[in-house]
Amino acid sequence: MATQHSRSAARFMMAPAVILLLGWMLVPLIMTLYFSFKRYLPLRGGDLGWTGFDNYVRFVTSSAFWPSVQATLIIVGGTLLITVIFGVLLGILLNQPMWGQGVVRILVIAPFFVMPTVSALVWKNMFMDPVNGLFAHLWKAVGAQPIEWLSDISLFSIVLIVSWQWLPFATLILLTAIQSLDSEQLEAAEMDGAPVLKRFAYITLPHLSRAITIVILIETIFLLSIFAEIFVTTGGAFGSRTLTYLIFQRVLESQNVGLGSAGGVYAIILANIVAIFLMRIVGKNLDA
Amino acid sequence: MARTVTTNRKIINTAAAWAVGLLIFFPILWTILTSFKTEAVAVADPPVFLAFDWTLDNYRTVLERSNYARFLMNSIIIAGGATLLGLLIAIPAAWSMAFVPSRKTKDILLWMLSTKMLPAVGVLYPIYLIFIRLGLLDTRTGLIIVLMLMNLPIIVWMLYTYFKEIPGEILEAARMDGASLKDEILYVLTPMAIPGIASTMLLNFILAWNEAFWTLNLTAAKAAPLTAFIASYSSPEGLFFAKLSAASTMAIAPILILGWFSQKQLVSGLTFGAVK
Amino acid sequence: MYFTHACRAATALTLLATTAAYADTITIATVNNGDMIRMQGLTDDFTVKTGHEVEWVTLEENVLRQRVTQDIATKGGQFDIMTIGMYEAPIWGANGWLVPLDDLSAEYNADDILPAMRNGLSHDGTMYAAPFYGESSMVFYRTDLMEQAGLEMPEAPTWEFIREAALAMTDKENEIYGACLRGKAGWGDNMAFITSMANSFGARWFDEDWQPQFDSAEWQEALTFYLELMEEAGPPGASGNSFNENLTLFNQGKCGMWIDATVAASKLTDPSESVVADKVGFALAPNKDGVDKRGNWLWAWALAVPAGTQNEGAAKAFIEWATSNQYIELVASKEGWANVPPGARVSLYENEEYSKIPFADMTLKSILSADPNNPTVEPVPYTGVQFAAIPEFAGIAGQVGQEFAAAVAGQQSAEAALEKAQAITAEEMEAAGY
Repeated sequence: MATQHSRSAARFMMAPAVILLLGWMLVPLIMTLYFSFKRYLPLRGGDLGWTGFDNYVRFVTSSAFWPSVQATLIIVGGTLLITVIFGVLLGILLNQPMWGQGVVRILVIAPFFVMPTVSALVWKNMFMDPVNGLFAHLWKAVGAQPIEWLSDISLFSIVLIVSWQWLPFATLILLTAIQSLDSEQLEAAEMDGAPVLKRFAYITLPHLSRAITIVILIETIFLLSIFAEIFVTTGGAFGSRTLTYLIFQRVLESQNVGLGSAGGVYAIILANIVAIFLMRIVGKNLDA
Repeated sequence: MARTVTTNRKIINTAAAWAVGLLIFFPILWTILTSFKTEAVAVADPPVFLAFDWTLDNYRTVLERSNYARFLMNSIIIAGGATLLGLLIAIPAAWSMAFVPSRKTKDILLWMLSTKMLPAVGVLYPIYLIFIRLGLLDTRTGLIIVLMLMNLPIIVWMLYTYFKEIPGEILEAARMDGASLKDEILYVLTPMAIPGIASTMLLNFILAWNEAFWTLNLTAAKAAPLTAFIASYSSPEGLFFAKLSAASTMAIAPILILGWFSQKQLVSGLTFGAVK
Repeated sequence: MYFTHACRAATALTLLATTAAYADTITIATVNNGDMIRMQGLTDDFTVKTGHEVEWVTLEENVLRQRVTQDIATKGGQFDIMTIGMYEAPIWGANGWLVPLDDLSAEYNADDILPAMRNGLSHDGTMYAAPFYGESSMVFYRTDLMEQAGLEMPEAPTWEFIREAALAMTDKENEIYGACLRGKAGWGDNMAFITSMANSFGARWFDEDWQPQFDSAEWQEALTFYLELMEEAGPPGASGNSFNENLTLFNQGKCGMWIDATVAASKLTDPSESVVADKVGFALAPNKDGVDKRGNWLWAWALAVPAGTQNEGAAKAFIEWATSNQYIELVASKEGWANVPPGARVSLYENEEYSKIPFADMTLKSILSADPNNPTVEPVPYTGVQFAAIPEFAGIAGQVGQEFAAAVAGQQSAEAALEKAQAITAEEMEAAGY
């Protein structure tokens, strides 16, 4: 009845958001594309003319390229794995009857409020420093050789820091989903003598699949572009150079805007591959 | 019998949950404690937990060196501005997606999310040049716009999932009663969506508050928020753990307190449609 | 409602700021080193004398470099004064990005600036940045540990001696490490040290045709020596240590020797910061026996005015204030002579009060023995001791530094690191069109 009218009203109401985001996407994208075909070296006088696909070839054939893609995927994948697994466990734990649930929840979500720069600084200096860090003191107290976290196991350390920041988010989403789980169903299964693991695998986990995909989607979006955590801790050394960080080095350290822009285009492509992949599963789950 | 089992279980649950909770919270607690130590005590081996001479010197030093109030004010205005402006633009969009869905709605939604995947470092040069041209460098207005655009997809999506949960019949009924589109949104929809909007607002305020790339790169002296404040304490000469801790505590305390006070709102709404 | 209000407030503030600019408020980007923070604390003296106000943007070194380079390369105009080093000044000056500092007042006495510093901050004979403080590098050692080891530090030690002493001093059980050297990746971090050290082994970055030389026997020898020394006598986590980290370690009494910037001397001998303040000795940076170059660098933190600033007058006035003899006297009167910014002015080293400072003489000797125009044994096409003053250097050395840091962490051999360094440098130089 009112469809035609509300359709156009709807379009009108969506317009500002869509137009703004289109601009926010297209303007920098077009400029990035433009720079990526240029020899653009600010320290050598700026725009030195067109260079075709040189920047693209150079970026991809650089020895740093594939390791950086690998590092990106490890950091994203590792963090997702840790936050989802511990998020589910923590969600289940927090859903149990206990004293002081509210306070525990406050403690658990706190890391989410800490800005990435601060958390990276605190972890790097006060915990992971191999001489003055708390972990070093702890290791020495039990007679062990302190671990050189950020050089010997840099990727793991960064995953640890990032997971600490994102675990609260995963926990909260998953906890909400667990709370909506039909407890009668679980109780019935318990009465039937189904073991804990079976109950988890056949009732809880399927119920959580949607929440898990959402956690994965949102976290991936943010994790693909993490920067502060690497800038502060290792500066990209010891194999922790992600694609984002490699672009940063090209643009700001080498001051090669053309090359960095080509890298930016690759990063957009990588992000979209991941996105399409994610959208497929999420899209399916969103309909369910 | 059954009762003791549940009590026992409750005790175990409580112990486990508190242990995990304290473990997760420990880095923050340690930072806060360290901020009250002297530099020498901060690196003492074995570490001192509580039994030290508490001092406010670090806070005094930080306040003397930096104009904390200005950084704080900038953070509040920028994060608040970006969030409110984002809501203003996102509410109508989410409304129309939820109540007048078309075949393209989901594609648009997913496309919006995909704009968030643009790596910020890759577009720093273009954005910087645009900001110079528009005179937006080191202005709060400029940062409000950028952070709003960055978080807009998340805001739209969160709101969309809430709005979708609102039964359409209520709107039908309102329409029957002759409510206009504006009335519908203002008097019917909004009150029902308040928890969702509140939670969206909080989450985005946190995200904007913690954003550390644009806020650092597009500001100098006037519009710099707390993320820039931290950058001047990150690795100075000499022992610095205690001063770093004090600065860190000052940077995160406002948002931590806000988060704790409003955690009910945040938690109740933070579902992204995870629950059906 | 709230938003429009905030927006209006923001606009109003911007307007205010613009008008204030005509009343001369200058914005200064600087690094969070102790001497700069002291300068920040003394700003009132400048404001009282000139009426100009100062806004400080104090950033950690890496963030600062990134921020000011970005701004000057795009002509963003965010800063009226930038704190830069000897690497940036000549390159930016050549690009016409900096205001020449050739018309400073007679009272300022620009001729009093140490010639080494002045040259390093000039392009074609025009000075583009005024040194706030200058430094070379030298050996700091613990006199008590040296005595315990039964050794005596010569004024000009060789690397062989340093190694012998480092091994003798190291006592890992008690957390005493003979050689605290820079290992953290970065062109201004480990590469500053390793490059200077390589010079004293007879190595060089490029030959006269800009061909990278990491495949030379000299580099091989220098890097192997460095890695072995770090392995045998370095602190744990050395691959993450630069100036600040080593300063902390030394002040905690955990280092036997440390080779780094001469400006560290005042901090090491300050009893309020250092537990070993009365046990620090100084010596010239080492060389390899028989090589006629010592491994000490030359650097200055300097203040420069970006071209196009609207507050050029006020900015220059600030520079005259901050890098003058009067400023040095101001600091001396408030904090003592040991804490004045060193290495910038000739007259400081002629000052009787200052010559009583134990490290003054060695600092000057070190500065005078570094020669940026002639940094290596074999001829090179570049200037700069611990860097090559070409725009590409920071990017290249940043990556090479990461390879060397990985070698310090034991993740690859010296050969592998040098091979990658050679490949990276060749690739980048080719891309730059050499």
